[in-house]
Amino acid sequence: MSENQMNGAEALIQSLEKIGIEIGFGIPGGSAIPIYDALYKVRRKMKFVLVRHEQNAAHEADGYARATGKPAAVLVTSGPGAANTVTGIMTAYMDSVPMIVITGQSVRGMLGKDAFQEADIFNLTMPIVKHSYLVKSANDIPRVVREAYHIATTGRPGPVLIDVPKDVGTDPCTVGLDAEMNLPGYKPEPRGYGPETIRQIADALAKSQRPVIIAGHGAVLSRAEKELRQLAETLQAPVTTTLLGKGVFPDSHKLSLHGLGMHGTAYANRAIVECDLMISVGARLDDRILGIPSQFCKDAVKIHIDVDAAEFGKLVKPDIRCRGDAKTVLQDLLPLLKKGDTDDWIKRIEGFKKKWPLTYAKKGGLHPPQVIDALNKLTGGKAVMTTDVGQHQMWAWQFFRADKPWQFISSGGAGTMGFGLPAAIGAQFGRPGETVVAIVGDGGFQMTMSDLATAAIHKLPVKIILMNNHYLGMVRQWQDMFYDERYSGVDLEGNPDFVELAQAYGILGLNLKRAADIPKVLKKALDHPGPALVNVEVVHHEEVYPMVPPGKPLEDTVLCHPRRKPGRPAGRKNGPARSGAKNG
Amino acid sequence: MSKEMTHNLSIYVANRPGALARIAQTFSRRGFNIESLVVSAGATGDFSRMTITAKGDEAGLEQVIMQCSKLVDVLACREHTDEEVVARELALVKVAVDSAHRGEVLQIADHFRAKTVDLSENSIVLEATGSSEKLDAMVNLLGKYKIIELVRTGKVIMARGARET
Ligand SMILES: Cc1ncc(C[n+]2csc(CCOP(=O)(O)OP(=O)(O)O)c2C)c(N)n1
Ligand SMILES: [Mg+2]
Repeated sequence: MSENQMNGAEALIQSLEKIGIEIGFGIPGGSAIPIYDALYKVRRKMKFVLVRHEQNAAHEADGYARATGKPAAVLVTSGPGAANTVTGIMTAYMDSVPMIVITGQSVRGMLGKDAFQEADIFNLTMPIVKHSYLVKSANDIPRVVREAYHIATTGRPGPVLIDVPKDVGTDPCTVGLDAEMNLPGYKPEPRGYGPETIRQIADALAKSQRPVIIAGHGAVLSRAEKELRQLAETLQAPVTTTLLGKGVFPDSHKLSLHGLGMHGTAYANRAIVECDLMISVGARLDDRILGIPSQFCKDAVKIHIDVDAAEFGKLVKPDIRCRGDAKTVLQDLLPLLKKGDTDDWIKRIEGFKKKWPLTYAKKGGLHPPQVIDALNKLTGGKAVMTTDVGQHQMWAWQFFRADKPWQFISSGGAGTMGFGLPAAIGAQFGRPGETVVAIVGDGGFQMTMSDLATAAIHKLPVKIILMNNHYLGMVRQWQDMFYDERYSGVDLEGNPDFVELAQAYGILGLNLKRAADIPKVLKKALDHPGPALVNVEVVHHEEVYPMVPPGKPLEDTVLCHPRRKPGRPAGRKNGPARSGAKNG
Repeated sequence: MSKEMTHNLSIYVANRPGALARIAQTFSRRGFNIESLVVSAGATGDFSRMTITAKGDEAGLEQVIMQCSKLVDVLACREHTDEEVVARELALVKVAVDSAHRGEVLQIADHFRAKTVDLSENSIVLEATGSSEKLDAMVNLLGKYKIIELVRTGKVIMARGARET
């Protein structure tokens, strides 16, 4: 078929392929049938995956992008299909993940008339997309797709939505696929700073005796891991990574402080409290890492590097702001730096690490960190790990040892339960030869477990490690600590038998109930060529520490329950003994 | 809480569907109350000029400007102080007036250099341009009579001299 004979939907699929979209996830419906017809007729290289829920489709595209750096497409119908993607789009938006979402729409003449399955998805999603389009003419499609891809993948990445009325899909598209972009207002600016800013940063760094580097998702997205390491080693400065920055600086490096913030390490938080200079490389300094924003690094020089100028001063007012791509900035900065003399500081930090190590209870039942630890050993730290949201997520973040970026995939900004399994499916599609492990909770897993079908059908060897504490554990932890143990709406009684559930899909299901069996059972799951689910019966009552209680500064990081004495057993079923001291 | 001031913003934006909604959302999400909003064609047809007066605190305003600037359709978003710009607004005021009071109303109109653009037995429509404060003052004085309807365009601004709006 020559290009000038295609219809809008065919132009859409061909345009997606032309710009390099390799995979699409979705579910069809009335308004999307022309698009699915085009998938049938003109698709060549792009893979299409039929999923079980549109939210999952978006999370799968998200997981794919976070594992590969490349955006995927989401292809859904109008109304409920489009609305179901909202949580997934928001999750991607909050975490700066590129994604192209194509929604079918009612025919143009019916727009605004409450037609069957008409939803104004363009306006519904406006605050959670980087940009969006409602396509009015088939001839606009090649340009819109090119622009969408460009916008989604450059600057601070993010999701772009394209709403395609059904009759735009069936109208002839008479222009070629090489349409020019027309984006006069779009200015990603990887080098939105001048040499004087770089000089200022270098001067501040030269003066600092106690520097700390915070590395975030921006460092991952700009592939700045090499430059970041050079920065740390030149300055001899410790590095702490955010939830989404995990792995961009090796967890095994002696300068690593691991994570910071609400459930960060006590030594990272302490280093932040005592530093005289904080340089943020691609972290947006959100409320989960700051403690009390106005007290965060109050007396330290604050340097903020971010490709998105709108991040400066949102919560923390930087002394030096540098708008630019992390890698580009560091490349410009590194030649100006001299070797730092921070021996005393590093010694002090070593002391913090000895005094407040990251530990976990090993007695009195099975503890999630033990399982993560075992996974580190069994996979040689090479697995790609996705998580759901809750306590298990924080333990996974704390105890998983990642030495590379693109290895740890978690919903940070949105904290979307249900993310773990579909994200793992997307990641596995993106990295077929690698071990992909999903760490999920019994609560969140049940929100999106319908896509077990997708894992089974495509024989994706994802390993689902379900930390089953029979509770919405993270909420219970807050009720325990701050609401006098009034457990309201957190008991997950009626959980299914997850092993049988997996088996019903033809997925290997295993139970893990005793600590002694951890290596054996995990190995069995990891060695299995297809998907596997391990139901891990962990202790029901356990809390994630360290913790900065909400509304408290990082100084107030606690290592144990505020109302329980150090070393005193928690005093209820499966409650572990804990020891610890207030960090401060 | 820092104190809430009225700010003049000028936004130059590609004329695309949804552009106005995106900008309005950016303001409302940060608790900025838009007092007046004027949208009109820019010097070339593909672009629009928006002049927004809004109330809010200084720090919030900086965020709004940065958030607006980052919108894909926005080419420029700038704040201008009153001194930097020429500011104008136009008002149409329909006043109920019989022949007995017509003279007084016309005197007020004359003082503010307003024009009579419509006249009927029981009403008069005045057109006035100038600074928003001047229009406030005129409307205030006319309040002595019965104002049937009032339509104001909202403030438009243009930077003086070489400065860009
Ligand atoms: C979609 C959604 N709904 C509600 C929440 C609030 N929430 C945060 S953590 C959590 C509990 C998660 O429970 P589970 O998945 O069992 O993990 P656990 O904390 O027990 O490890 C809840 C309800 C959320 N983050 N996302
Ligand atoms: Mg749970």
